[in-house]
Amino acid sequence: MTAEIIVVTSGKGGVGKTTTSASLATGLAILGKKVAVIDFDVGLRNLDLIMGCERRVVYDFVNVVHGEATLKQALIKDKRYETLYVLAASQTRDKDALTQEGVEKVLQGLSEEGFDYVVCDSPAGIEKGAHLAMYFADHAVVVVNPEVSSVRDSDRILGLLSSKTRRAEKGEDAIKQHLLLTRYNPARVAVGEMLSVKDVEEILGITVVGVIPESENVLAASNSGVPVILDENSHAGQAYTDTVARLLGEERPLRFLEVQKKGFFQRVFGG
Amino acid sequence: MGILDFLKRRPEPSAVVAKERLRIIVAQERSSRGAPDYLPLLRNELLEVIKKYVHVDIEAININVERDSGHEVLELSVALPENDKPGSTAPVAG
Repeated sequence: MTAEIIVVTSGKGGVGKTTTSASLATGLAILGKKVAVIDFDVGLRNLDLIMGCERRVVYDFVNVVHGEATLKQALIKDKRYETLYVLAASQTRDKDALTQEGVEKVLQGLSEEGFDYVVCDSPAGIEKGAHLAMYFADHAVVVVNPEVSSVRDSDRILGLLSSKTRRAEKGEDAIKQHLLLTRYNPARVAVGEMLSVKDVEEILGITVVGVIPESENVLAASNSGVPVILDENSHAGQAYTDTVARLLGEERPLRFLEVQKKGFFQRVFGG
Repeated sequence: MGILDFLKRRPEPSAVVAKERLRIIVAQERSSRGAPDYLPLLRNELLEVIKKYVHVDIEAININVERDSGHEVLELSVALPENDKPGSTAPVAG
């Protein structure tokens, strides 16, 4: 049994890759899957903060690649879900610290340890780190904001996914591409200030696997080191839960695409 | 603010503008994807050569590689400016 490898990528920075990686990995673990989430952003470690395990990092991804630590030593077990593990990025400034063979060895090791899913949190850009994060993937979640530069960059990434990955090079079945629209603001879409889900789908020629509404709960969750999917009351959290279900093949309608009408009490008392 | 303001054409919503701009640039970038890496360089060098004779902008040079049942066609078009008659710049003596 080999682990399914999911890369979370985007091209552009700041669109929500790490937030998404943390929530998808946690969502899969909630469903009982054994999951490792790996931070590929060598030099700029961040996933540990979003997962809330930053003070427990002893060894990192590069240590494992270089044989300075075993996989077991470097995997940080989540305090909430016992089938969830984090592999932190190294803070070395050496951009060549990761190699294709090294990454392959780690992914192989995770398969042997019985992991069901490996979520690879890609760095921004299309340089080596991003390339390595996507190279071995079976699924790709392309995170996009309804904004011109993000949409253009994600098209670039979709092109790379279908040409510069192992599956493409070996002529195997294509990597499964999933588009995830984040920071969606239905009120701004309604007045024509923001691209709609349909607009983005039409431009990129691919349907979305989920739409995460812009939400203040995302910042609150990252402030406290809790993946936002665990904030069950937030729309963003619920939208991530739906997304995980869809990734596993379940059909669920998209939610939170309409402007919320405030109820009488909310209008009177605010909130 | 006049009472006839409502008759003025409303500006297009910015999302419509964004969609149209993206549609064009994404189509353009997709068509050049997978094309040989030397095309931009070739375009620049051609521009240098052409500039010796006529003044054209880089935008005026269009290079495309078309794949047609088994063979590739390198298509090159240069839009010459209207007022630049041939011979108006010094021809290079042969």
